[in-house]
Amino acid sequence: MSQLFSKKNREIFTAPLGIDNPVTVQVLGICSALAVTAKLEPAIVMGLSVTVIVAFANVIISLIRKTIPNRIRIIVQLVVVAALVTVVSEILKAYAYDVSKQLSVYIGLIITNCILMGRLEAFAMANGPWESFLDGVGNGLGYAKILVIVGLFRELFGSGELLGFKVIPESVYNIGYINNGLMVMPPMALIICACIIWYQRARNKELQEK
Amino acid sequence: MNTNSNTYTIIYASVMVVIVAFLLAFVSNSLSSTQKKNEDYDKMKQILHALNIDANEAADVEAEFNKYVKADQIINSKSEVIAEEGGFKIDMKFELAKKLEDRQLPLYLCEVDGVTKYILPLYGNGLWNSIWGYIALDEDKNTVFGVYFDHAGETPGLGAEISTPLFQDQFLNKGLMKDGTIALSVVKNGKVHDHDFEVDGISGGTITSQGVDNMLKNCLGQYDNFLKNK
Repeated sequence: MSQLFSKKNREIFTAPLGIDNPVTVQVLGICSALAVTAKLEPAIVMGLSVTVIVAFANVIISLIRKTIPNRIRIIVQLVVVAALVTVVSEILKAYAYDVSKQLSVYIGLIITNCILMGRLEAFAMANGPWESFLDGVGNGLGYAKILVIVGLFRELFGSGELLGFKVIPESVYNIGYINNGLMVMPPMALIICACIIWYQRARNKELQEK
Repeated sequence: MNTNSNTYTIIYASVMVVIVAFLLAFVSNSLSSTQKKNEDYDKMKQILHALNIDANEAADVEAEFNKYVKADQIINSKSEVIAEEGGFKIDMKFELAKKLEDRQLPLYLCEVDGVTKYILPLYGNGLWNSIWGYIALDEDKNTVFGVYFDHAGETPGLGAEISTPLFQDQFLNKGLMKDGTIALSVVKNGKVHDHDFEVDGISGGTITSQGVDNMLKNCLGQYDNFLKNK
């Protein structure tokens, strides 16, 4: 048991949440960070879906990593991811129809998320199933974390709501405050992402280039 | 074993594809009936929504639907009844691609508190993807009783607002026809002149708002003879 949660394994899990975050440090998965973060709720569901899929894809690839022919390894990874995403989306459609309706195309877009390919290629191809699972969950949550932060800011300042509930009181609007329309546009997601990166780099000496 | 040889690579790829194909076919096949039922329930909820009935919490959506919707007729553009039932199964997307005379138009006859209501389906294009909805009319065929709009992928917070009560409630009790043409329309936010027929569009969601406007004109236009036939 102690071996399962050894210092190295804990590091595999925690690094993507901070110092090696897939979005802010590795700059992967930026495209979906733009698409689903105008509101907080899809950002949360997307983050969780990616976590589940990256974890399982990592495990599957890790299990068959020794049999994969080197020349078609990217295709094999893609097939595993695509099959997994399709199965998840079909199951959602059958048993959680409302959620699948809300996510619509985004669930299919998980296939094209660079984090998946990045982790499969960089980690699962060279490590055991358990480490790969931890790495997948860690990276998924690291991605989810950034999505939630961006979604939070964009929904709060763009629509004055959080998870659909009015947060900014009517009296503030009466004084003359108006929602920032730019917040719900894609460019603002990049700007917020950049601010997070700026903050993280300013705090961590290791991330700064000489 | 040499995993880099051509034979191995080809066999590996073929086997993998076959396994995945079987897996996906199996999943899709075993879940399809549940999915179809979900889609039908969802459509029923949408239609009930046009009657201002929230069926989201209803235990039996089908019973709730049958309680209010008495018939799903199919009519043609001359307002002749083609079939007494089956309108529910018709997909407006495909009907709109046909010539007007050939279209099979669904018409839902409903009864709310003993009063007859008509529901007509709507289908059109927004900014990114399709939009659709249902419009319920009073017995005079000229007053909006309720509407439902939904979209496949409009911008959240902007065009996507057409599916919120804030936008939809504006339609309640608006008139439909004026001087023989469809006058019910969505105009630019703040540019409403005729309060009996026009509703405010969504600021920042101009193309989606125009899409709703076109959808209303286009789809209700098909029912011209039905709407004028009092």
